[in-house]
Amino acid sequence: MTAELLEICRSVAASAQVGEQIEAYAVRTRETDIEVFDGHVESLSVAGIDGIGVRVVADCRQGFAWAGTLDPDVVRDTVEDARDNAGFAEPDDWNGLAAPDDVAGVVAADLDLWRDELLSVSTDAKVEFVLSLDEALRGADTRIRGVESASYGDGAIESALASSNGVEAVLRRTRCSASAAALAGAGDRTQSGYGFAVGRTFGALDPDEIVAMAVERTVRMLGARQIASRRIPVILDPLVTASFLGVLAAAFNGESMLKGRSLFQDRVGEQVAARFLQIIDDPTDDAMMGAAPHDAEGVPCRRNALVVDGVLQGFLHNTMTARRAATTTTASATRAGFKGTPGVGVRALSLSPGTKTPEQILAEAGEAFYVQGVSGLHSGTNPISGDFSVGAEGLLVRGGTFAEPVREVTIASTLPRMLLDVVDIGTDLTYLPGSTAGQTLLLADMTLSGS
Amino acid sequence: MDTAMGESSMPGPLVDTGLLERTIAEALRGGGEFAELFVEDRATSSARLDDGRVEELVSGRARGAGIRVVAGDTTGFAHTADLTEPGLLSAAAAAATAARGGAARSRRAALPAEPRHYSNDVLVVSESVPKAAKIELLKCADDSARSEGSAIRSVSASYAEGRRRILVANSDGLLASDERLRTRFYVQAVAAGDTGMQTGYDAPGRTMGFEYYDEFAVDEIARKAARQALTLLDAVPAPSGRVPVVLKRGAGGVLFHEACGHGLEADLVERDASVFRDRVGERVAAPGVTLIDDGTFAREWGTFGIDDEGQPARANTLIDDGTLTDYMWDLVRARKAGRTSSGNGRRETYQVLPMVRMTNTYLIAGDTDPDDIVSDTEFGVYCVQLGGGQVNTATGDFVFGVTEGYLIEAGEITRPIRPAQLIGNGPAALREIDAIGNDFATWSGMCGKSGQSVPVSSGQPTLRLHGLTVGGTAA
Repeated sequence: MTAELLEICRSVAASAQVGEQIEAYAVRTRETDIEVFDGHVESLSVAGIDGIGVRVVADCRQGFAWAGTLDPDVVRDTVEDARDNAGFAEPDDWNGLAAPDDVAGVVAADLDLWRDELLSVSTDAKVEFVLSLDEALRGADTRIRGVESASYGDGAIESALASSNGVEAVLRRTRCSASAAALAGAGDRTQSGYGFAVGRTFGALDPDEIVAMAVERTVRMLGARQIASRRIPVILDPLVTASFLGVLAAAFNGESMLKGRSLFQDRVGEQVAARFLQIIDDPTDDAMMGAAPHDAEGVPCRRNALVVDGVLQGFLHNTMTARRAATTTTASATRAGFKGTPGVGVRALSLSPGTKTPEQILAEAGEAFYVQGVSGLHSGTNPISGDFSVGAEGLLVRGGTFAEPVREVTIASTLPRMLLDVVDIGTDLTYLPGSTAGQTLLLADMTLSGS
Repeated sequence: MDTAMGESSMPGPLVDTGLLERTIAEALRGGGEFAELFVEDRATSSARLDDGRVEELVSGRARGAGIRVVAGDTTGFAHTADLTEPGLLSAAAAAATAARGGAARSRRAALPAEPRHYSNDVLVVSESVPKAAKIELLKCADDSARSEGSAIRSVSASYAEGRRRILVANSDGLLASDERLRTRFYVQAVAAGDTGMQTGYDAPGRTMGFEYYDEFAVDEIARKAARQALTLLDAVPAPSGRVPVVLKRGAGGVLFHEACGHGLEADLVERDASVFRDRVGERVAAPGVTLIDDGTFAREWGTFGIDDEGQPARANTLIDDGTLTDYMWDLVRARKAGRTSSGNGRRETYQVLPMVRMTNTYLIAGDTDPDDIVSDTEFGVYCVQLGGGQVNTATGDFVFGVTEGYLIEAGEITRPIRPAQLIGNGPAALREIDAIGNDFATWSGMCGKSGQSVPVSSGQPTLRLHGLTVGGTAA
């Protein structure tokens, strides 16, 4: 199948006219999604999605078009649309596709991202898994009064890329995940909390883990209330750390830097984080869900150390931003499926491994606010100035253990301040769907707003 | 297959009636009491200017059908990009297998010969306007934003236009089609000053063709974004803690969209994931508060002829003078509850199942002069623009960002404040409304739910909330 996609891309690339560069990126996805509610399957969807994105660069002008099908006639029209669009864009000397030189030098990592097993699991087995997850969560704790949702989803994604420059790449990966959300407490004292698991194949999902996580995150929040405003040390749950890393990722974006919109503008070589902190984007680590052998332009991925011992090392680039910044690509081209042109982004961002268990961090924190969840993180953060103010829920920590649950407060600081304020990193690295992983993180005082 | 987009406003059906009937019959063959075929043909076009240069133009096209079969409590779903007879019948069989309900039977729903067609009254189909004219709009926006002040460091502008034809047929004999054109222009400006870089943006969206630009001058959109960025350069830290909050007309509709709208969606109510469950007939808001969701609101961003289950758009009163009157419904949940849909069944594409979604959700005006609301406020925050928000419908807790706000000191709007988050609880915020202005405006945005994003608008008169928690950094 991947070979068929590559053939389609090659034939598009081969249609390049004199003075034109063409790149085609074709994707085929097979997905299963199951939602269970109240002990029955609420919806079951088994579907496939095909699509292609075509980029044309001519006279330093770039045009793009996509289609939600691989039908040959439509693909031909799509190439024409991309060509027409290129005619209306303004020339930019830096425009262009990845060249053979960009691809040379780094050998694509041999990553274990595809499991045939996932494709051989029957839909019935998947349905049974979610039904029993729903039932197990319902009966896991007397305080759980209901299950808000239980679901399972998987996908087998194949893609191919070919360009008139002779760059080619194919990728196959599988992924699956399951989650369940519990409800506890009555009326306006209701609390909800979720548990999830993610992996590359069905056998990697442990329903007991999901149930335990959902119960813990729901039940410990019972009786939560708003507390008075104060300044207080903050402990981020691994999932929250990963979410913050997702927002911080924009600061390493070479495209943003070139446009003067990175909060790390002109700071390469400077101390931007606590001295023991390392920030790495490593798509060649196949434990990370965003791992990939090559980027969205077909350039082999590599490990990029962005912050070493607290010092900013540089920015992430695709081939275009690298040309403009007079550097080499870091193989960080990303694209949102077949509907977009390659931008710049992280695939597998994480902090240096920690040295303390979460229990040790709690014990040494004194009185602190443990943040279990944040809301409005993207809308509440200014990626350029780094100022953020986000809704938070969690628990006060006292004497090394969880004390009163807290809801309806905000925490506010700036991302640069927060990086310098990291006091401790946990050993509990947690892999998440998407492009980041996180661990328990202790931060110095932050402003908490409540009543 | 012909994929060219027709220029006429009354195109032929996407799939002929005979094939629709055969597909529905196939979907029901394995049992199931309801089957539906949703066909979509979509074309989008956009362009972006950044750093003074038109970077790229993007166009896209997609066409396909989603088929669902309801058997008991289970919905089976499949979709295909292949609208030929074999493609549709095979998707119908897959949806039927997924539903696997009841005894096999032979049933054929009779459909009308022609779909009942709806469409918004588009004056100028955007595809008929040359791309060069649209590029000029981007350049005009860039010039206008930069002319607001030398502190404007960078400007990005984009337009997006979409045309979506849908056709819905179901086993109840429904056959309806709709054509929607939407247009949105977006400008973001970044200003640099002593306090670092600040951003401003504006992005009105409407269910309109190219005549959108008669209503919205791009230079005005650009100037508004630039002025906001420049204003924020002088911003002081936002207060921290509970203070009175005045929401300028249009600015705060998103609060009610988040704080109550989502909790009034029947799917979440059914799941026991709403604080408004079992509360119809009860007082849930201050007197004078009337909340409406209106899919017919002329040319608004969340408007359509029929929803994505073929039900005509309606105006529905959700809260009437403080009392909860009804939830919002989609067709499948309404069928189960033995009532009619409220026209709130929406889906992002044919590749996903519809669910209960808002359209244009607004609070109606009261009779207080908005200036009096401000002058009656000793100290507080005046919100001119809110960014995105989020709600946990089970608890009613919400947050949303203030992207342009000011302090109110001694009854006067004074200094701008840095972006901050507002946090509160939906039912509590509804009870906190203590002044309702006699003005009104709307705001357009994209609403995300379970991974699906749809255009919505929200609206409200100038309002005061007696107390809301502001998450600033001021001491």
